[in-house]
Amino acid sequence: MSDAASLSPGRQMVRLLLSHPSVLVGGALVLAICLIALMAPFLDTRDPNALSTSNRLKEPGYEGIMKVYTDEGRIKVPVVFRLGSDSLGRDIYSRVIYGSRVSLVVGITVASLAIAIGMIIGLVAGYVRWLDGIIMRIMDGLMAIPAILLAIAVVSVFNAGLTSVIIAIVVPEVPRVVRLVRSIVLSIREEPYVEAAITAGTRLPLLLVRHVLPNTVAPLIVQGTFIVASAIILEAILSFLGLGIPADEIPTWGNIMGTARENFQLHPHQIFYPGIILAVTVLAVNMLGDGLRDTLDPRFAKRM
Amino acid sequence: MGLYLLKRLLATIPVMLFVAVFIFLLLRLTPGDPAAMLAGDYATDAQIEEIRQKLGLTEPLLKQFIIWFFNTIQGDLGESFYFKKQVTDLIAARLEPTLSLSIVTILLTVSIAVPMGVIAAYRQGSWTDRLLMGFSALGFSVPVFVIGFALVYVFAIKLDWLPVQGYKRISGGLLPWITYLILPSLALSVIFIAFIARMTRTSVLEVLGEDYIRTARAKGQTESKVLVRHALRNAAVPIVTVIGFAFAILIGGVVVTESVFNIPGLGLLTVEAVLNRDFPAIQAVVLLFSLVYVLINLVIDLTYTLLDPRIRY
Repeated sequence: MSDAASLSPGRQMVRLLLSHPSVLVGGALVLAICLIALMAPFLDTRDPNALSTSNRLKEPGYEGIMKVYTDEGRIKVPVVFRLGSDSLGRDIYSRVIYGSRVSLVVGITVASLAIAIGMIIGLVAGYVRWLDGIIMRIMDGLMAIPAILLAIAVVSVFNAGLTSVIIAIVVPEVPRVVRLVRSIVLSIREEPYVEAAITAGTRLPLLLVRHVLPNTVAPLIVQGTFIVASAIILEAILSFLGLGIPADEIPTWGNIMGTARENFQLHPHQIFYPGIILAVTVLAVNMLGDGLRDTLDPRFAKRM
Repeated sequence: MGLYLLKRLLATIPVMLFVAVFIFLLLRLTPGDPAAMLAGDYATDAQIEEIRQKLGLTEPLLKQFIIWFFNTIQGDLGESFYFKKQVTDLIAARLEPTLSLSIVTILLTVSIAVPMGVIAAYRQGSWTDRLLMGFSALGFSVPVFVIGFALVYVFAIKLDWLPVQGYKRISGGLLPWITYLILPSLALSVIFIAFIARMTRTSVLEVLGEDYIRTARAKGQTESKVLVRHALRNAAVPIVTVIGFAFAILIGGVVVTESVFNIPGLGLLTVEAVLNRDFPAIQAVVLLFSLVYVLINLVIDLTYTLLDPRIRY
């Protein structure tokens, strides 16, 4: 990478990235989902939590009348349920569109937090030798609890909601980042240029910032992308099981499916719409991650 | 080897101890009061206090932990708040469905994924290869409950070939048992098939370029013998690692699958326990699953020596 990138590193990298088909396709899809999440109020949606007892469990495309309370009293508004309505008469189309926000917020927040926390612990474990053993045993312990189970245990402690779901998913992701950062630090310590820097009297903070951190950027971007994908799935699972974000507060793809399961035999589409968009989102993020791994971190790509 | 085994077994003790401390502290530091939860909405303060005394919640935290810890290693997991039964009995009753689901899933996965990976490697670059790898990329991304509902929709509701959900005990006959298990196992196995097929393909591809494969072919051995006896056998170590790894993360999938298909196993027990804040049951299930996870990882390490005589401890 060094000789090719020495000409014009930034542009070289961008060109390299865009030449990879999965970065292109995955990136475009992720961008599209982000746009949907940002533009949710303008995509002909209604209040995703608005109940309508007269319009329960309607088929996609149903045209109904909804009572709306305004300052001038009760008025009737004609509405279309593009993707049908759920058992409380809420518009599934609006819920699915707004649900993209939660998935993206959870994915990105979890990845940033897990990487920030994992990086600090990983650097400490890699550099402070006497702490290494203790830290890694704790990480082994955390990794011994299967991720979903750990998230479920953490979520059971707090009241259900967005924050507790994020915390619950960050906890099982942190040890994986710690392991990665620690292994990079350990291998870099042995490099001649780092030994030279130490001999020259470079102090630890500068050594970490100048020599160690740049080496962790590429693997962490790759790892971060995969964390986004797994966080989106974990959130959907928790909310689907009724342990995550409550359906009457914020619509998420997981809790839309959780609400729909009682009527699955008669109205299967209510599960499939959020299910399909969830799968497409995760596929897009995974494709982006695969492409980034191949281009940014060829050593890691070879190991897979 | 014996010494190594002993060392590895001893190394699991601090890990499990950490899990025990972690899960104990996590559940003790909750804002909710389990005694109040247990007493119900109409209990008086005196009744709540009585329950608190009975559960030993008034003791100092360290003493509580020590009592719980020694009870646990003696196999006494306490009484469930919600189910009002001994947790050990509760787990014993829920063991069969979970074991059945896991074993059928693993058998299904291995019997589909390994041939799939070998064929993809053998026909590298062909449309078969691309199709199989495309399926594998898809399998990674579709969550197990979406696959589950899709399978139920097609095979149970539209075609009416298989039951929608539920579980039949194996003692009631092999046929109903397996009929009820086909869809959940299939749903659960998709992600592992994707994973293992990919790994099999990579490791078989690596081996196929070796000299001894050329030698075997030059000897005039049939292609199937070359593939199975020479290629697959030498590619076995990474494949077994991945199968073991899949077995370990299967535990997570079990929770979701049992919930989708309403199978009364340990996974459904976990969800019910969490929904009802049944702390003795949550503690027990997390500990049990973690122990299984750690032991599986140990077994994977040990199988290396059996598969590859070059690896010695």
